[in-house]
Amino acid sequence: MKVNGKACSLKEPVTLLAYLQQLGCDPAKVAVERNGGIVPKAQFGSVMLRDTDELEVVSFVGGG
Amino acid sequence: MLHIVVNGTAREVREGETLASLAKRLSIAADVFIRNGFAVGAHTQLADGDQAALIEKGRMPDQKELESLMAARHTPFVHERVKQAVVGIAGLGGLGSNIAVMLARTGVGKLILADFDVVEPSNLNRQSYFISHLGMAKTEALSQQIGEINPYVLVEAHTLRVTKENAAALFGGCDVVCEAFDDPSAKAALVTALLEEAPKVKIVAASGMAGYESANAIKTVRRFANLYLCGDGESEAREGNGLMAPRVAVCAGHQANMALRLLLGITEI
Repeated sequence: MKVNGKACSLKEPVTLLAYLQQLGCDPAKVAVERNGGIVPKAQFGSVMLRDTDELEVVSFVGGG
Repeated sequence: MLHIVVNGTAREVREGETLASLAKRLSIAADVFIRNGFAVGAHTQLADGDQAALIEKGRMPDQKELESLMAARHTPFVHERVKQAVVGIAGLGGLGSNIAVMLARTGVGKLILADFDVVEPSNLNRQSYFISHLGMAKTEALSQQIGEINPYVLVEAHTLRVTKENAAALFGGCDVVCEAFDDPSAKAALVTALLEEAPKVKIVAASGMAGYESANAIKTVRRFANLYLCGDGESEAREGNGLMAPRVAVCAGHQANMALRLLLGITEI
């Protein structure tokens, strides 16, 4: 799998939500594209990641 | 004959005409001479296709002339293009109020503004509001300022909380939407909802502009096909790390400039 352009390996099948939590991301504060398409927030818990997936994870910090 | 535009009106002038001789013929006691977006000497000769402005300081031009003179320092043809554009601004705090003012000065045809809040004293350290706006809805305070800065900009203001449910209805018709919220979850929710439900809209979002670290750390990156992100990516507003006018305005400037580039058809950062 590729995450933000970097190769990483998946040890076991995992949902996007669980993967984001493993990365230490707050799922509420990210926007995620998977293979070039936006992943709706409601699908974070049901999307199973595949080893061929390309993820782009954009994290937001507060302030404006 | 040369075909030129002077103070917003197309005219034919003879070869060899200078800005000064043209001003004299048109009975304009001009103090400022601008040719193709740049202030030049009075005796500069005109060329075919020029856009010229002859400005007499202290004289109030009529409505039609005023709009063209306000855009006289723009790069040629920028004004004509942005005049057709619609830009949404979600959140009218330090980022959004400053972006709105910059895009109004740029002459963007229509701005869609949304914020639920009123102006309070702690906003004034970085947001484009005045003491006289305290207690006023930000939408109203900003609409008032835009009217004073550039009355030719159409403003559609919504005093409400932008949510993932109403985002596409509010901003789906925009060419570009600037995400300018404070709360990181609201930022992520807006960006996700618009990319999902309004796939033609380009988004310019922000993350990381608190404190007083180097202004040079703030940059624009393209993260998705339709998502640009401005900021340093890490300087979070939190206890001990406040938000102050300079870096917030730098980030707002990045967002406004990327929005302008997109309106001009440029997709590179």
